[in-house]
Amino acid sequence: MILHGKVWRYGDNVDTDVILPARYLNTAEPKELAAHCMEDIDPTFVGGVKPGDIMVGGRNFGCGSSREHAPVAIKASGVTCIIADSFARIFYRNAINIGLPLIELGPAVADIKSGDTITVDLGKGVVANVTSSKNFTVQPLPGFIQEIATAGGLINYVKGEKE
Amino acid sequence: MGMTMTEKILARHAGLERVVPRQLIKAKLDLILVNDITGAPAIKEFEKIGKPVFDKDKIVMVPDHFVPNKDIKSAEQAKIMKDFARKRKITHYFEVGRMGIEHVLLPEVGLVAPGELIIGADSHTCTYGAVGAFATGVGHTDAGAAMAAGETWFKVPSSIKVELTGKLPRWVGGKDVILTLIGMIGVDGARYQSLEFCGEGVAELTMADRLTIANMAVEAGAKNGIFPTDAITQAYLAPRVKRAFSPVSADPDAEYERTVAIDLSKLTPVVALPFLPENVKPVAEVKATPIDQVIIGSCTNGRIEDLALAAEILAGHEIHPAVRTIIIPGSQAVYLEAMEKGYVATFIKAGAVVSTPTCGPCCGGHMGILAAGERAVSTTNRNFRGRMGHVDSEVYLAGPAVAAASAIKGRIAAPWEVTS
Repeated sequence: MILHGKVWRYGDNVDTDVILPARYLNTAEPKELAAHCMEDIDPTFVGGVKPGDIMVGGRNFGCGSSREHAPVAIKASGVTCIIADSFARIFYRNAINIGLPLIELGPAVADIKSGDTITVDLGKGVVANVTSSKNFTVQPLPGFIQEIATAGGLINYVKGEKE
Repeated sequence: MGMTMTEKILARHAGLERVVPRQLIKAKLDLILVNDITGAPAIKEFEKIGKPVFDKDKIVMVPDHFVPNKDIKSAEQAKIMKDFARKRKITHYFEVGRMGIEHVLLPEVGLVAPGELIIGADSHTCTYGAVGAFATGVGHTDAGAAMAAGETWFKVPSSIKVELTGKLPRWVGGKDVILTLIGMIGVDGARYQSLEFCGEGVAELTMADRLTIANMAVEAGAKNGIFPTDAITQAYLAPRVKRAFSPVSADPDAEYERTVAIDLSKLTPVVALPFLPENVKPVAEVKATPIDQVIIGSCTNGRIEDLALAAEILAGHEIHPAVRTIIIPGSQAVYLEAMEKGYVATFIKAGAVVSTPTCGPCCGGHMGILAAGERAVSTTNRNFRGRMGHVDSEVYLAGPAVAAASAIKGRIAAPWEVTS
């Protein structure tokens, strides 16, 4: 799968409270959640995000609360992939489970700036920054996780196992 | 090569002789927890699978975040979980009036025990490491799938050994231990890893201290935090857990990624400044900071020992006129004991409110939301931007002793400033 989009760039330790504040957790409806995504650290995101855009963060992206509503909100905003130096573990797991691809790029993520256009080849594990003309290669996902991704998320994977 | 406590529990539940860090395994679960925020979406995912629950005795449903229901949407979410629990005959559903904050409640009623493997759709599920279980937070899809499958996948974490020595000084508690550790290693210092507490200092920590410490392992990025099972654990479990359980202990030649040493006798009461739990300073360095609100409670510090400490400090004092103090017992049992011991009377006489158990203000849900520019000292676990309300409000994390002293002074204060 090849993804191509504009970058929304954030810093280190982006926590799930700022991705989706708990005051909106009285629903789990993706569209309602997306309407408040990132609003506490970037009020321009909800109005400006376009389908296909890519979110980029620094270290420990998605730390804090286990709320799956956070990756659900990002995905429902139209973002197709999140790239970060590193991810918090529950967020990583949740994103895989809902079929939102993540790329752990390490410190090389510093090259990617807000507004850059990047192309991601998930199959080959290549991130190309079109704006800066730099390419990065990443480790493929472990086999077990690829199986969940191929099944279209955890629920389909568990359903498939039963048959 | 030997195994850590975490590796032993994971191996046992995966049906393997041994496991090594980074190995992917499938493991059987002893308990799955959901709450009023994560229960409804977990049930939605569960229903898609079209299977019965794997074991009605091993699923726990606790409405605690937005209950007693704060608005219609919250009520609808809570109702989905309640209806499901009744329809599927879930044994451990706790209605308001019998519930508690999940991570105070589950250990209290004996639902978690040494050597067990527990997941919960709440990040502070790691609390149960205090009783020697492997427990970790997951999202609602993982929880929903596990409710059908009774198992889930794990990547075996590598471990950090936290070696505790010495004995805590007066006014220093479990919260100061874990905040100090997070200050040392950072909010991603144990990312994907297990924090394994050990050393002679463990015996100096009460179960309440251990529960507070394990509770915030996730604030260092850890997958879990775990304590050895000793005489203190056994004494705590004896009246609560009637089923058989088998504790694990780390092998002498278990491998750790690194060791962090903490001498408990050198610790001092600390505060974590906004907007990360790693911004830790001794209380003496931040004493000038004026405050608007104090919260004493939560899954981190809502146990009877925490309220006892707060009552000891607040007794005979009046809370500063500019400060709202909200005290939240972590369960009905804690509430009742606090009443019987006179703590509730002490709090009310001092000018505090005492709330029904709820996660409420900790995550900015209800019962104590901050306005722009307001500042709280809170015994909760996160001080992220906007965590307790307006994006321009601030949360200072501390233990109950500092929180109670701060309530009296109207600014961040050390316990010894208000006691003789």
